Amino acid sequence: MILATVFESGVSIQFYLILATVLFVIGALGVMTRRNSIILLMCIELMLNAANLLLVAFSSYFGKADGQIFVFFIMVVAAAEATVGLSILVMAYRNARTVDVGIFNKLKG
Amino acid sequence: MSIEILVYILGGLTVGSALMVVLSKHPIRSVMYLILTFFLISANYIMLNAQFVAIVNMMVYAGAIMVLFLFVLMLLNLSKENEPKSSLLVKIASALAGGSLLLVLVAAIKDIVVLQVAEKVTDNASGLVQNLGHLLFTKYVLPFEVSSILFIAAIVGAVLLAKRESQIIE
Repeated sequence: MILATVFESGVSIQFYLILATVLFVIGALGVMTRRNSIILLMCIELMLNAANLLLVAFSSYFGKADGQIFVFFIMVVAAAEATVGLSILVMAYRNARTVDVGIFNKLKG
Repeated sequence: MSIEILVYILGGLTVGSALMVVLSKHPIRSVMYLILTFFLISANYIMLNAQFVAIVNMMVYAGAIMVLFLFVLMLLNLSKENEPKSSLLVKIASALAGGSLLLVLVAAIKDIVVLQVAEKVTDNASGLVQNLGHLLFTKYVLPFEVSSILFIAAIVGAVLLAKRESQIIE
């Protein structure tokens, strides 16, 4: 059985715009506030998910599946980014024994 | 009417658990709240008739990526005591910056005019795997193939970076 879309039951597309914006701002806030580099990567994932939510919402609103294909590509990029980012962090932890992002200041010449 | 209330409750829960990711002090607790957030976003996808994306989101994000994060966190054995803390000035400044970003974006969205759907979509099957698979392997086949190159690069990079340096020299 295929349900009717939520837009037919009175939810406006503005609700999803606001929801995705709030999620994105929470992610950006986390990147700015936290110093644990693993949580920084997690907040980036949160921002990517906000973009995904908006793509799916508009895809459903217009009844076209193209937006959902883009969600898959964003997931691919997020998975690649998470693996490489985490391996960089593990290597940095091995050398500096901390996950503080401040250690990357040492890269300054 | 009841679907509308359900959607609003889901949105509120999503925002709440996303806030807890940023606010909770313990890293493991942050990861758990992020997994909850991904499940709630999957529920939002189901409400939006994107069933396949919802399942893939659950498997890839909550299943694979978050397990990777959890694994690394447990490997590094972090605790609440050695959690790095940012200064009060940084917290106030980032709260101000984030608040003003939210204010500007919401003020821009408030006056937005979204195009109405030209023709009414009769079947809502666009989120099912048959339709998505057909689109992925016809219209978007080139980006699909290019993403495999990205994955190869990510695999090679991750293996190379995570290896111990002495092993690389030998």
